[in-house]
Amino acid sequence: MELFIQIFYFVAAVLFILGLKQMSSPVTARRGIIWAGVGMVLATLVTFLAPEITDTGQANTNLVLIILAIALGGGYAWWSGKRVAMTDMPQMIAMYNGMGGGAAATIAAVELLKATGEVEHGLASSVPDALGADVAILGILGAIIGTISFSGSIIAWAKLDGRLNRSRLLPGQHLINAAVALATLAFTVAIYFATDLTPIIIFYVLALVLGIFITVPVGGADMPVIISLFNALTGLAVGFEGYVLGNAAMIIAGIVVGSAGSLLTHLMAVAMNRSVANVFFAGVGTDSGAAATGEQGEMKEIKAQDAGILMAFADQVVIIPGYGMAVAQAQHKIWELTQLLTDKGVSVKFAIHPVAGRMPGHMNVLLAEAGVPYDMIYDMEDINADFKKTTVSLVIGANDVVNPSAKNDTSSPLYGMPILNAMDSANVIVIKRGRGAGFSGVENPLFFADNTRMLFGDGQKAANELIHAVKEL
Amino acid sequence: MIEGLAALYIFMLAGFTGYEIISRVPVILHTPLMSGSNFVHGIVLVGAMFALGIAETPAEQIIGFIAVLLGAGNAVGGYVVTERMLEMFKSSRKDNSGEGR
Repeated sequence: MELFIQIFYFVAAVLFILGLKQMSSPVTARRGIIWAGVGMVLATLVTFLAPEITDTGQANTNLVLIILAIALGGGYAWWSGKRVAMTDMPQMIAMYNGMGGGAAATIAAVELLKATGEVEHGLASSVPDALGADVAILGILGAIIGTISFSGSIIAWAKLDGRLNRSRLLPGQHLINAAVALATLAFTVAIYFATDLTPIIIFYVLALVLGIFITVPVGGADMPVIISLFNALTGLAVGFEGYVLGNAAMIIAGIVVGSAGSLLTHLMAVAMNRSVANVFFAGVGTDSGAAATGEQGEMKEIKAQDAGILMAFADQVVIIPGYGMAVAQAQHKIWELTQLLTDKGVSVKFAIHPVAGRMPGHMNVLLAEAGVPYDMIYDMEDINADFKKTTVSLVIGANDVVNPSAKNDTSSPLYGMPILNAMDSANVIVIKRGRGAGFSGVENPLFFADNTRMLFGDGQKAANELIHAVKEL
Repeated sequence: MIEGLAALYIFMLAGFTGYEIISRVPVILHTPLMSGSNFVHGIVLVGAMFALGIAETPAEQIIGFIAVLLGAGNAVGGYVVTERMLEMFKSSRKDNSGEGR
């Protein structure tokens, strides 16, 4: 039976790796998640046959508890995952990731509880004596990483979901964080030598608090990097607990995710022109750069009618969507507009900034939801040279990602961030709710440029008016 | 069954595998891929089942129960959101291709 189970774990591990590999290309991505899903179902089902679960004295109660917990936890996740809006996807990923971290931490807690129980009954002299030194060390490491990932992810979820808007909880947060981190480390060492429960409880409380404290100061724009980092950390914790339990599937899946997630975190940070270290310690994303550079001239308005004509007779239109478009739920209208323009022989492209939406790739998902095929969607590097040949750039709900001061104004807080060169195109039309500054609070000189026209109004309404204007031609 | 140095080799190889899988992935897939890898570490559910399976005292059972609850949430939720995102990726050349859906 043992061999039978192990073979299934092996198959599951292979399916996870192949699934992830397929998920790294848009053509095979869908198949990839299904393969990984099959692996997960196999691994879960075969676990019910394991002697640890069928043969112990408490087996019946524990078996009922297992099924009940899977039904409750899985049922809730299924329900919440099915109904969440695509715009809210990032915070749901954070939440499910936090659950994984929590699970790894609680597995370690059960092991530590068992070990201290043995110590108290005189069956072993210490935690490492009961578990083995290697198991104890990796188990404790998994516990601290998993717990931080758990509480940190929950905070990330709350911040992205708009339930928590504070960027610090206490005065001198950074100093307090350092103190809590040191205390947590001290107790990490202490529980290795623990003989009763007290240090273990203190350890978990400290690690929970540490996860909260390091996540609270992180700015909204940096959240994706943090979520990705916690994802990698959870993977690592799962791998370590896999060693504790002697489960190869957990080790492989966990470590693969840990390393893939670390690389993904790095790629995201690079795409956003940040480093992982300054995401954690600078908290720049939270300081709204109040450096408005005074008067820059008049914004010039345009009516939807004229904007529609301008686009219908253009050679090439590049649409630059931002999170504002998704908030206004305008993506379906924009896709309708795109189809109308394509029918009139206009070449239409979508230009996606790496940080459009709430995390890299999020805007692609939102456009895909509206039905935009992915081969019309271009990354920043691929489209930037194209703007010179573009008749109209339509900016909808985006602001900072087309702000030229990122290129030519060294005093701007955005300076250094790569942008979409919308200002190079012959005409720029900006759909915008009002005259205010963007997410970062920085004025945008593009809006005052000679070739820019502003179309004020709600994204969805403006898109609708454009559709009518184009239809009437 | 997996001990000491053998585990070290698994750690090392799995680490390189993960790195190799992700290098050269287009930005368009960053979010779904993060979500997909989030699902894969849902395998923690299996570990949680063992932890609850070997629980003897009520305290261990409660903590084990929480572990399975959270692990199941990770696995199921991770799958549902990833699948929903990837379901939407389609090419404009959709009618004639047998590749994907």
